[in-house]
Amino acid sequence: MNESLALIARLKRIATTGMPTQGDGRADDAWLTQGMAKAQLHEVFATIDDSASGAGFAVASVLAAKAAPVMWLRTEASERQGGRLHATGLVEMGLDVSSLVLGLVDDEASLLRAAADAARCHGLGTLLIESWGRAPGIDLTATRRLMLAAEASGVTILSLRIGAEPVPSAAASRWRVAACSSRPLEADAPGKPAFDIELLRRRGGQAGLRWRVEWDRDAYIFDQTAFETAFASGDSAALPGAGISVAADRAAADDAAASVRRTG
Amino acid sequence: MRPHLFVGRAETPIAFVETVSGGVRLKALDREAVRAGLQPGLTLADARARVPELEVYEHDAHADHEWLERLADGCQRYTPSVALDEPDGLILDIAGCVHEFEGERRLAADLEERLARRGLLVRHAFGDTPDTARALARFAGAPAPDEKRAVKRLPVAALGLDEDATTALSRAGLKTVGDVMARPLATIAARFGEEAAMMIRRLDGSVKGPIVARRTVPKIGVERRFAEPIARTEYALEMLAELATEAAVQLADRHEGGRRWEARLFRADGLVQRLRIETGQPTRDVALLMRLFRERIDSLADPLDPGFGYDLVRLDVALTEKLDASQLKLEGGEAQKGEVAQLVDQLGTRLGRARVRRFSARDSHIPEQAELMLPAAETPAPTPWTAPETGEPPLRPIYLFDPPQPIESMMAEVPDGPPHRFRWRRTVHDVAHSEGPERIAGEWWRRQDIPTRDYYRIEDRRGRRFWIFRHGLYSEMEAPRWYLHGVFA
Repeated sequence: MNESLALIARLKRIATTGMPTQGDGRADDAWLTQGMAKAQLHEVFATIDDSASGAGFAVASVLAAKAAPVMWLRTEASERQGGRLHATGLVEMGLDVSSLVLGLVDDEASLLRAAADAARCHGLGTLLIESWGRAPGIDLTATRRLMLAAEASGVTILSLRIGAEPVPSAAASRWRVAACSSRPLEADAPGKPAFDIELLRRRGGQAGLRWRVEWDRDAYIFDQTAFETAFASGDSAALPGAGISVAADRAAADDAAASVRRTG
Repeated sequence: MRPHLFVGRAETPIAFVETVSGGVRLKALDREAVRAGLQPGLTLADARARVPELEVYEHDAHADHEWLERLADGCQRYTPSVALDEPDGLILDIAGCVHEFEGERRLAADLEERLARRGLLVRHAFGDTPDTARALARFAGAPAPDEKRAVKRLPVAALGLDEDATTALSRAGLKTVGDVMARPLATIAARFGEEAAMMIRRLDGSVKGPIVARRTVPKIGVERRFAEPIARTEYALEMLAELATEAAVQLADRHEGGRRWEARLFRADGLVQRLRIETGQPTRDVALLMRLFRERIDSLADPLDPGFGYDLVRLDVALTEKLDASQLKLEGGEAQKGEVAQLVDQLGTRLGRARVRRFSARDSHIPEQAELMLPAAETPAPTPWTAPETGEPPLRPIYLFDPPQPIESMMAEVPDGPPHRFRWRRTVHDVAHSEGPERIAGEWWRRQDIPTRDYYRIEDRRGRRFWIFRHGLYSEMEAPRWYLHGVFA
């Protein structure tokens, strides 16, 4: 009841000002050192092949934002399909697993229900909702509810959507994550976790930005300088320079029509 | 469980049959069928010939057991200590429990009346020990003025020995339990077995067989009885809240909080509905408990059905832990922790305790066994995790496949190189960087024949990082298989 009243009030506000909530005033690359904006809902998209990168990026963002404790909700199906969470691996990402609670649910409906409960829990720092596949239940209404709950409780909500395409949602920001070749260590060993990050959409901010970053577990930041130096020497396969808008037209279209058409 | 068969039906004889080697035989009979002269063990064909109107049903031992369990649950309104006497008996330890009923006869009458409403025919007996009560209830002897003599007048069958021993006793001229008791125990033991002597000692009361109660007596139990059964679940829950308040007061006196709670709603017709909840932290917070109980009711497959109404509501605290008043005054970080604990309880009640988990390190170097997931409600002591080394990339994946997924390796270096390319999930991956092998031997002190695993951290050309292993050395086997065990961020 309160929830729907709040929703109505919010819709009224949007109707009168004609604008969604203003941007949070953060710099475009604030996330590199501070993680995602707190008390908001953010979406992280990754393909099934990049599931670990998506999850790794989500965990790293939690750490950069210092937003523990974490409740991680996932379905039994993702446990089977994507493998189970490996605590040692999470520890090696830098997470203190004693601040992590894992909740396994049957299906999408109970995922959303559990998420609604967890989103209201002030004691949490981050709620991580992992879904596999299209997950049609996580729609505009569901994300609006989560966003409202996040704003009310102060919990940062990360919706990790593996194998899904973006659909209209009320999330404050939307990211796409893919694996990216690491800087190899001595003896040709794979290096630190590296991500290819694209900011698909951000409320009241610039979208279509791309970064190539490395997760620095010891400093708890995403490091982009590593790649600047590595690829400055003109690697043609490398992405355009960090922080440069590579798809301004797409970003504009994305922003304007976010709530009516499929994006991405 | 087919109680409808027995309630208010016409007087057709009924038999339950089971298929054994050699045909279909009668297993159990109702009173009419016995009156018609049938006996268990008869073949169905013979029985049909004698009693053509016989109604026949398949015997279902499992359903019988379930039914007996449900009746036993219902009998816990009289005493917490109820034991099953398979296949069709219940033993109640009513010592100290009869005050509610002004005597044991009133209690037995109440029980018989309730069961009669379900169409059950009951025979009961009282005894000083479970064995005498059981023998007296199951076997009929000549009337006697007191329990001791009644036991003595029971037929030898009441000793519960096998058929051969029973026949042997009868042949020896020992017709009643009293006859057997009159002989020296040593002779009985020598001729009819140690078991016969043991039963004699149990029936004369010199050895007391234990009641194997189905549940332990809870530390704290509070209950409310109603003269008029209450038909509204909502009202029953209000009563439950009152009981929770009473229990909380008792707990506070003992400086304790409850971790495991069980509410039981006894229906007037003798059945019982139970609601169990568990909390991660000891608590005596009534509002929290009621929220969890409601959560539990919501998660029931069938909604609560009051039937003819509840006439007894009981709340037991099965597990308590120390909880001092000072512990309740949570501050700052502690309050935060408390909220997460409440969330864990709430989700655990709905999803099942085992599905809300925390990680705990376990002492094994086999990767899939090195960690254990515990129900989060069990709040393990924080276990130390090996801190990762500064500057190193993660050496373990964040998603682990259990069991490991087989991959098709192409062009691996012999004897200890990683593959140059491999196929997983129908996609070919070209290996760009690799590190290894990290050799993890099987736990040879447990089993000898477990092959060694050589693990490699590899990255393909698209930047995806995997953890793969070769199961066995080339020196151990001819063509060891490759597996993908996990994926790195």
